Amino acid sequence: MIHASHLSKVYKTGVLETVALSDVSFDIKKGEFVAIMGPSGSGKSTLMHILGALDRPTSGTYILDGKNVGDLSDDALADIRNQKIGFIFQAFNLLPRTSALRNVSLPLAYAGMPKIEREERARKYLELVGLKDRMHHTSAQLSGGQQQRVAIARGLAMNPAILLADEPTGNIASSQSAEIMAIFQKLNNEGHTIVMITHEPDIAEHAKRIIFVRDGALRGDEVVKKRRIAK
Amino acid sequence: MDIREIIIEAIQTLTVNKLRTSLAVLGIVIGIGSVIALISLGQSSQLAVQNQIQSLGSNLLTVIPGAQTTGGVRGAQGGGTSLTLEDALAIGTSDQITTVSAVSPEYSARAQVTAGGNNTNTQITGVYPAYQTIRKIALSQGSFISAQDVASLGRVAVIGPQAAVNLFGEGIDPIGQIVRINGQTLRIIGVTVSKGGTGFSSPDDALYVPLTTAQKVLFGASHVSTIAVEAKSQEVMVQAQNEIGFLLLSRHQLSDPAEADFTIFSQNDILNTASQITSTFTTLLGGIAAISLLVGGIGIMNIMLVTVTERTREIGLRKALGAKGNLIITQFLVEATMLTAIGGIVGMILGVAISFVLSKLMSLPFAISPSAIFLAIGVSGVVGIVFGWYPARKASKLQPIEALRYE
Repeated sequence: MIHASHLSKVYKTGVLETVALSDVSFDIKKGEFVAIMGPSGSGKSTLMHILGALDRPTSGTYILDGKNVGDLSDDALADIRNQKIGFIFQAFNLLPRTSALRNVSLPLAYAGMPKIEREERARKYLELVGLKDRMHHTSAQLSGGQQQRVAIARGLAMNPAILLADEPTGNIASSQSAEIMAIFQKLNNEGHTIVMITHEPDIAEHAKRIIFVRDGALRGDEVVKKRRIAK
Repeated sequence: MDIREIIIEAIQTLTVNKLRTSLAVLGIVIGIGSVIALISLGQSSQLAVQNQIQSLGSNLLTVIPGAQTTGGVRGAQGGGTSLTLEDALAIGTSDQITTVSAVSPEYSARAQVTAGGNNTNTQITGVYPAYQTIRKIALSQGSFISAQDVASLGRVAVIGPQAAVNLFGEGIDPIGQIVRINGQTLRIIGVTVSKGGTGFSSPDDALYVPLTTAQKVLFGASHVSTIAVEAKSQEVMVQAQNEIGFLLLSRHQLSDPAEADFTIFSQNDILNTASQITSTFTTLLGGIAAISLLVGGIGIMNIMLVTVTERTREIGLRKALGAKGNLIITQFLVEATMLTAIGGIVGMILGVAISFVLSKLMSLPFAISPSAIFLAIGVSGVVGIVFGWYPARKASKLQPIEALRYE
């Protein structure tokens, strides 16, 4: 599903060069649930941006679902993000003052799906994340956990190759974090591939495999032995 | 997404963010409204000046007794006796005169007028019926001096509204009332419409009587104090002036124009002044319009820049979800076009309404300039669309991750 080999990213500001990522290689297979862990400044966000086709690597190759993402145009990258990747952001990033239903429909609209089909699909995924009764609520009328569930439904709507979650529990109350993790595990059991970035070990332990990143390099890649199961 | 969907999406975005939308529309409304109101108000004033000049009578030549040249002793204006009714009739009938459409011989004097217990000192003008058209006298009641009145030395008078109030008091119908002038009684047959203006020779404080009555019955004079002549058009004013000059010289047995015992004034002097005022007005208006367009344009530019820049994160999110750069630009362009269209229509209505109310308050004629409307909407529309498009284009070119991080 994901083949990353020798990925590097160097930021240039004037004469200063900052190496955010150097020579990172790994594979993620279909149906995996991987947590990428590391302290802040470790390069895990940069890695996530490259995996999400939001940014291009300076060198190395990144193949997602058989497509080499590194040498695509901006518009082709937009299509990749639309069709192959479901984003879940730390800050939810829902459109303000807009209903949950419209938020979930947005990527479907960009894919050119007819309106009736779009709404039908959006309803289906909102039901899946347990927001059947709140489809017409705006973000201001939803709790953090509920907003993140809207974002999950939006990420799922296009039935992407991978779900990419960046600190999905970072902005929500710990009591609601378990709900989000339960949804992730359920989706993973149904066959969805999930890549989650986090710095919290107890959140990472919900995944099946953890990749450790520090100072822009891979520092470990192990299977979770005592996996947490969220309820 | 096709254009229909983008339009629906834009409408939804605009209606969902009511405060932002109304602020942007307000900026455009003020930009467009103020330009239209200012220019229309300026044109109203211009029209008012023109109307006032027109009301003096256009194409008007005035012949008065007395030499044009200075030097030597000269009587006060109107004091000379060299012009007669026959001179006036000759101007109206002579074969040498081809450019004159109407002639009005006039004899004016001030006199004490009494009615009941009231009396007032006012201007008495002996007139022919042509006076009414040449001097643009409108009547609010009754009729003007007729040819019959002139022929029969009729003891009748037409009164100005101010003189009527002075003599009869407010709210009294002057028609049929009797006034006494120099021991003679005259019956009021008409009242003129107020022309405005105050002072010693206000047309509102005046009495008009048949010329023959003024000359023979009231004042015992054989001359006329003024001959007002209307030329056929603006273009033949100079020719008319020359024709009248030659006719009067030959009638007065004079060969040298320098010896002329009369003077012909034309309205040209006044019209020249008027066109100077008008062109000053036009320049002033252009300046005002330019400044208000600039101010309005900057206002629109600001609000569009702020609202679009504020949405950089939203643009980043839309791109992350798969929106292509062109789609983002189209969406913002559609939104900007809608904002300027709504703002333009509301601003136009507001601008027209403001200029209507103000022109009524200042009792100016109401004038709407289509070119001002096109200019205001054109410039504001272009500014609104360009400054809605430019930051959106900039944001759509950002990498989605930079746009998402934008604070």
